[in-house]
Amino acid sequence: MVGLLVVSHSADAARGVRDIALEMGGADARIRAVGGDVDGGIGTSVTDIQSALSDLLAEAEGVVVIADLGSAVMNAEHAIEALGVEDSVVVADAPILEGALNAAVAAASPSATLESVREMAEEAANTSKV
Amino acid sequence: MADPETEREALFEAVENVAARIAAEKGYLTDLDSAIGDADHGTNLDRGMQSVLDQLEGKEEADADEIVKTVGMALISEVGGASGPLYGGSTMHASQELADGVTAESTVAFAEAFLEKLQDRGGAEVGDKTMVDAVTPAVHTYKKSIEEDDLPPLEALAKAVDACRRGVDFTVGLRASKGRASYLGWRSVGHQDPGATSTLFVLEELLATAEAYLEGDTDTDASSPTIPDDDPEGAAE
Repeated sequence: MVGLLVVSHSADAARGVRDIALEMGGADARIRAVGGDVDGGIGTSVTDIQSALSDLLAEAEGVVVIADLGSAVMNAEHAIEALGVEDSVVVADAPILEGALNAAVAAASPSATLESVREMAEEAANTSKV
Repeated sequence: MADPETEREALFEAVENVAARIAAEKGYLTDLDSAIGDADHGTNLDRGMQSVLDQLEGKEEADADEIVKTVGMALISEVGGASGPLYGGSTMHASQELADGVTAESTVAFAEAFLEKLQDRGGAEVGDKTMVDAVTPAVHTYKKSIEEDDLPPLEALAKAVDACRRGVDFTVGLRASKGRASYLGWRSVGHQDPGATSTLFVLEELLATAEAYLEGDTDTDASSPTIPDDDPEGAAE
């Protein structure tokens, strides 16, 4: 089982992206969402990311992180280093909504691996809409 | 530097001076950030430094590396924007270079480790209009002044501050290609980078603190007193 962590500057945006992805990921999907800084403002919190990763790793053998802007990615990278989970958590270089959707579909496959889920998330960057 | 007690006293004083300066410049930094970013740099950094002061309470007996590591950890836990992982993560990473105390050599190693982590985490290069444009010339000038020119650390730091100031000026004319400002494209040109600016404030306060503890000339600029060697490869060894 590969879990997903959606990290956005906005808690509402993170929850919304997770809800949309959950529709595609099936009943067993492990998707968490974190967003907002320590005061609930726009930003991200390393502490929140770390505890969400720990929770996910308790029930999934790997986690793909999908983040929105610069500092969300940087804080996720720092959290991974601080927890020492570089082997089981990767940050996908993907657009947050389409990436989360693709990753949820990929993670639902019985043969899903950390790499296959990350690859599918990153393929979302090439999605054409019109 | 001197005995561990003086070292601790100087570090605490430096942190207090930086915190006071950031608090005083909070509005200015946020104004710079509202022109080309998300208008939170001053408030974020100020909140981070206030948390640093809280976290340092009770650490009066700690070693230099632990004090500096605490500074980094407080920043990264408290600051929700990019300055958390950039200032905080780089400070945390570099703090291990001070395990044997604060010396000319260990501060060069600290500066280099800080820059290395900063670039690794943020992915910015010189010219992207970020704090890297201010940190890079400061670190290079400090290292060269100590290792090549054998200048006293205080004078090396004064030169580094001047180099940093030139780096901050350099950001004004650049189009941003990293960070939130990069979304503005050409509209970012003509504005001074807030992260580079706060870097200068931090270094100016470190210099002001160091002046009280070290001997040396601070009325200097980043220009080098040495003539470049004919064989730069050999000279670097």
